[in-house]
Amino acid sequence: MDNLFILLLLPVLGAIVLAFVNQVKSARQFALAVSLVSLGLTIPFLLNFVPDASIQFEQQFAWIPALGIHFHIGIDGISLPLVLLTNGLIPLIILSAFSYDYKGGFYALILFMQAGLLLVFTALDAFAFYVGWEIALIPIYFICALWGGENRIRVNLKFFVYTFLGSLLMLIAIIYLHLQVPSGDYELTSFYQLTLDSGTQRWVFWAFFLAFAIKMPIFPFHTWQPDTYTEAPTAGTMLLAGIMLKMGVYGVIRWLIPIAPLGFAAYGQLALILCVIGVVYASIIAFKQQDVKRLVAYSSIAHVGLIGAGVFAWNVQGLQGAMIQMINHGISVVGLFFVLDIVARRLGTREMQAMGGIAKTAPVLAIVFLVIVMGAVGLPLTNGFVGEFLLLMGVYHYGIWYAVFGGLTLILGAVYMLRMYQKVMLGDSNAQTSNFLDINRTEWLVLTVIVVLVIGIGIYPKPLLHISEAAVTELVEKVNLINN
Amino acid sequence: MIDLVWLIPLLPLVGFLVNGLGRNVLPKSLVSFIGCGVVLIAFLLSCGVFSTVYAARQAGEVAAFTQPVFDWISAGNLQVSLSFLVDPLSAVMLLIVTGIGFLIHVYSIGYMQQDAGFAKFFAYLNLFIFFMLLLVLGSNYIVMFIGWEGVGLCSYLLIGFWFKNSSYASAAKKAFVMNRIGDLGFLIAVFLIFATFGTFEFTGVFPQAAKMVTGDTTLLLITLLLFVAATGKSAQIPLFTWLPDAMAGPTPVSALIHAATMVTAGIYMIARSNILFTLSPITLQVVAAIGICTALLAAAIAVTQNDIKKVLAYSTVSQLGYMFLGLGVGAFTGAFFHVITHAFFKALLFLGAGSVIHAMSDEQDMRSMGGLKKHLPVTYLTMLIGTIAIAGIPPLSGFFSKDEILAHAFAHSKLLWILGFIGALFTAFYMFRMLFLTFFGRFRGTSEQEKHLHESPATMTVPLIVLAVLAAIGGLLNVPSALGGGHALANFLAPVFADSVAKTGEFHLEHSTEYVLMGISALAAVVMAVVAYRLYVSKAVVPDPDEVPRGWLAKLSYRKFYVDELYDALVVRPLNALSVFFYRTVDKGGIDGIVDGIGKAAGESSKGIRLLQSGNVGFYIFMMVIGVIALLAYGIFNG
Repeated sequence: MDNLFILLLLPVLGAIVLAFVNQVKSARQFALAVSLVSLGLTIPFLLNFVPDASIQFEQQFAWIPALGIHFHIGIDGISLPLVLLTNGLIPLIILSAFSYDYKGGFYALILFMQAGLLLVFTALDAFAFYVGWEIALIPIYFICALWGGENRIRVNLKFFVYTFLGSLLMLIAIIYLHLQVPSGDYELTSFYQLTLDSGTQRWVFWAFFLAFAIKMPIFPFHTWQPDTYTEAPTAGTMLLAGIMLKMGVYGVIRWLIPIAPLGFAAYGQLALILCVIGVVYASIIAFKQQDVKRLVAYSSIAHVGLIGAGVFAWNVQGLQGAMIQMINHGISVVGLFFVLDIVARRLGTREMQAMGGIAKTAPVLAIVFLVIVMGAVGLPLTNGFVGEFLLLMGVYHYGIWYAVFGGLTLILGAVYMLRMYQKVMLGDSNAQTSNFLDINRTEWLVLTVIVVLVIGIGIYPKPLLHISEAAVTELVEKVNLINN
Repeated sequence: MIDLVWLIPLLPLVGFLVNGLGRNVLPKSLVSFIGCGVVLIAFLLSCGVFSTVYAARQAGEVAAFTQPVFDWISAGNLQVSLSFLVDPLSAVMLLIVTGIGFLIHVYSIGYMQQDAGFAKFFAYLNLFIFFMLLLVLGSNYIVMFIGWEGVGLCSYLLIGFWFKNSSYASAAKKAFVMNRIGDLGFLIAVFLIFATFGTFEFTGVFPQAAKMVTGDTTLLLITLLLFVAATGKSAQIPLFTWLPDAMAGPTPVSALIHAATMVTAGIYMIARSNILFTLSPITLQVVAAIGICTALLAAAIAVTQNDIKKVLAYSTVSQLGYMFLGLGVGAFTGAFFHVITHAFFKALLFLGAGSVIHAMSDEQDMRSMGGLKKHLPVTYLTMLIGTIAIAGIPPLSGFFSKDEILAHAFAHSKLLWILGFIGALFTAFYMFRMLFLTFFGRFRGTSEQEKHLHESPATMTVPLIVLAVLAAIGGLLNVPSALGGGHALANFLAPVFADSVAKTGEFHLEHSTEYVLMGISALAAVVMAVVAYRLYVSKAVVPDPDEVPRGWLAKLSYRKFYVDELYDALVVRPLNALSVFFYRTVDKGGIDGIVDGIGKAAGESSKGIRLLQSGNVGFYIFMMVIGVIALLAYGIFNG
C-alpha cells in the first residue's frame, strides 16, 4: 500500500473526473472522498518509514530517455512531513470551501495542484521537480483568476510575472546543471556530485534563490503575495499560504544549498539578512492593516521570514525548526484564513472596523480563534512555540543579533495578532455582529481538527521532529563538509 | 510524596478542561466545587510535598528532588525535558500558589456569583494555577518559560474577562505585549545559557556557574537579559505600566495574579538563579537601582490615586520594587520573605477592596465611599490588619520582611536605605489614606448605593479572615536573631542560596544598628499613619474631583508622571507611522512600482495572458490534464 506513484496519480485521476462534474453537491462529496483516500494512503508511508537519512519508497522509470529525463520519485525525512502536510491540509481546504457553491472544476484544480505539490516534494529528478513546480502553479492561477475578488486580473498578472520570472531562472539553471552532468541526466544525486567552481555556483545560487525567494516569499520579492492572498478565494489563499509557499522552503533545503554550497557560503548571510528584515518589516506593516486577510498575508511573510532565516542559518536546530514550522504554519494559516472567511462571509466585509463583539454571540468561534492566534504568536504548548524556539535557537547559533531581530516577532506578532483579535472578537457588538451565528457543523469539524493539531503538536512534537532528524543532520553535515 | 508531584499541576488542568468544556451544562455549584476542589487537593498534596522537603531539611539534607515527566523537544545536541524540581524554594512557592489560590477560588464563588461567565472564570483561574505551578516547579528554564508565558496568557484572558468594554480589552492586550518584551529577553538569555552551559537544567547550570569568576561577561549578559524578563512580568521600570491597567480584571484576579503570585515570578526566577546574579555585581546594582526607583515612583503615584484598586496596584508595583531592591543588595531570603508576606497582605487587601466594591455596587472611586466600617465590619478589620502589615508596623508580617530588606540595603549603601525609608513613609501614608477614605468619615456615595451596603457573604469573608491571620503572624517565619528569632525561613532555604553565600560571605549587621533601623522605620510608619488620620479623618479632607486644577506636583502624580503618554509618543506613534510608511511608500510605491512597470511591459508584449479573462475553465483544465497524461504516457510507452 505504499506505492508512491499511486499516491501521486490518485489526485490526477480525481481531477479528471471532477472536471466533468457540474453538480455542486456531488462535486463536493467526490472531491472530499478523493482527498480523504489520499490522506488514508499516506498512512502506510508513515508507518513503514524508517527514520534514517535514506531515500525510501523510491520509484523510477525512464520518461523521455532521449533527453535523459527520468520520472524518479522517493521519500526521505525531509519529504515526508511535507507530503503529510499536503495530504493533511487538502481535505480541510476542500471542507472549508463547502460554504461556497463551487462546481467540479474548482475542486479539480485543487486536486490537480495537490498532484503537482506531491511531485515537487518527492521528485529526485530535476526535470520532474520542475514539472511538478509548474503543475502546482497553473491551477492556482486559474483558481485566483476565475474565483478571485474584484482586482483579480491585475493582481494575477503581477503574481504571474513574479513567478514566471522565478521559474524561468530556475529552468535555465537546471538545464545548465544538466549539461554539466557527465552521465547526461537530471538526477538529484548527479547534481549533488557536481563540483562546480565558485563563480558558477554563485549564479546558480541566485537563479534558484530567486525562484524560491519569490515563492516563499522573502523580502523584497514579496509584493505579489499580499495582493494575491487578499484577492484569491479563501481556499486558494489556503493553498498558497498553507502548502505552496513550502515549495520554496523545500527547494532551498533540497536543491539550492546542497547544489550550490559555495554560492551559499558567499550569499547565505545576505539571504538570512533579507529573511530577518522580512520578519520585522512585514510585522510592522501588519500593525495598521484594516483588511483582515491582508493582515494575515503580511503576518505570513513575517513567519516565513523566520523559517527562511532558520534554513539559511544551516544548522540542525534551525533546519529542524524550519521543518516543523512549515507544518505548523500550514495548520495555523489555514485556521486563521478559515476563521476570517467565516467572519467576512457572515458580515459581508473584510474590514476590521465593521467587526467587534463577535465573542459574545459566537463564543465557540472566539475560543477556537484564540487558540489559533496563540499558536500563531508562538505561545508555549502550542505548535508555534516549538518551531519558533528551534528556529530562533538555530539563528542564535549563527549570530546573536540575528536572533534578537528575528525574535522581535515575539513582540510584534503579539501586537498585530492581538489587535486583530480584539477588533474582530472583543469590544461591544454592532448592528451586524449582534446576531452573528456561531459555527456550524462543517466549520466545527475543520476548526476542531486544527485546534487539536495546534495543541497536540505543541505538547508532543517529538514524533514529527523524529521523522526529519536523521535526514536533516546528514544534509547539514554534507554541506558543512564542503564549505569547511 | 515527591512521586506525586506531577499531580499538583495536572489537577488544575483537569479542572480547567472540565469547567471549560462543560461551562454551558454544569450548574454553578458543581463548577465551584470542581474549580475549588482541584486546587484544594493540589494544596493538600503540596503540604505533603512540603513536609517531605521540610523533614529532609531538618535532617540536614539539601532536599532537592527532580521528577522527569517526558522528553519534550530534541534536535541535535538540544534536549528539553518536561521535568519538575522540588526543593525548599519551589516547595514554599507551591504552598503560596495553591494555598492562596484556593482561598481566592473560594472568594470568587461569592464575588462572581451574578456573572454570566461564572464557569469560564473558574476555568481560567484553574488554567492560571496550572501554568503558575509549571513556572514554579520547572526543573529547567524552558519549563519555567512555559509557565512564564502561560500565566501571561491567563493574565490576558482574565484582564479582558469583561471584554465588551473595549478599554478592558486594550488593557489585556497591553499586558500581553509588555510581557512579551520581557519574554524576548528571557528567550535570548536561555539561548545564551544553553550555549554557555550546554543544558537548561538548573541542576546542570548552577554548579557550573559557581565555578566561574565574578564579573564574567557572559554571565553579565545572561543576568541582564533575565532581569529584562523580570521587569516585564514583575512590572518594574520601564515595563510597569501594564499592571495598573490590569485592574480592569475582576478583583479576585487582581488579588491572585496581579498581587500574590504571577507578578512575583520575576523575583522567584532571580532568586532561583541567584548564583548567576551574585557573580554579576553590575547586574545586581542595576536590579537594586531599578527596584528602588520603581518603588519610589509607584509610591509617589499611589498617594494621589482615588480608585481603590489603582492605589493597591501602584502599591504592588512599589512593593515589587522593594523585593528587587532586596535581590539587588543580596538579600535573597529577605526578598523571598517579602514575596511571602506580600502575598498574604496584598491578597488580603485586594480581596477586601473587592468586598468593598461588591458592597458599593461596583463603585471603585474612594471619593464616593467613606464610613463603610459600620456596614462592613469584617472587611474593615481585616483590611486594617492588612494595612498595618504593609505599612511595616510591628509585630505584623510586613515589618519583618521589609526590615530585612532595608537592613541589607543599609549594609550595602546608606543611600539605598534612605531611599527605601522614604518609600516606606509613602507606603504607610497612602495605605492609611486608602483605609481612612474608605472606612472612616461619613458616606459620600449615592443614596441608592447606601441602601445596598452590606457585608459580603461567608465565601468572601472567611478567606479574608484566614489571610488576615496569615498577614498578622507571617512575620514569625523569619524572625531575625536581633529579635531573638532563629531565621527559620533562611535556614530552610539555605541550600538554594548556598553558592551565593559562599561567594559573598554571611550577612552581618550589629544588633544595635539593627534595633535603631527597626525603631526608626516602625516609628516613621506610625507617624505617617497619624498624619493620614489627621488629614482624612480629623479634617475629613476628600480628594478633589477631577475637574479641579491641581498643583503641578500633585498633577504629575495624579497623571502617573505621564509615562503612558511618553511611551505613546516615543514608541507607539512612531511605530504606527513607520507601518504606514512601509506599506504605502516602500511596499506599494517602491517595490511594487518597479514590478508593475515590468508587468505592464510583459503584458503588452504577450497578448496570450488576456485569454484568462474570457477563457473556459473546463477547457484549460482539460488541456492541462491532456498535457500531463501525454507526458506520462510518453514515458510509459518508451520505458
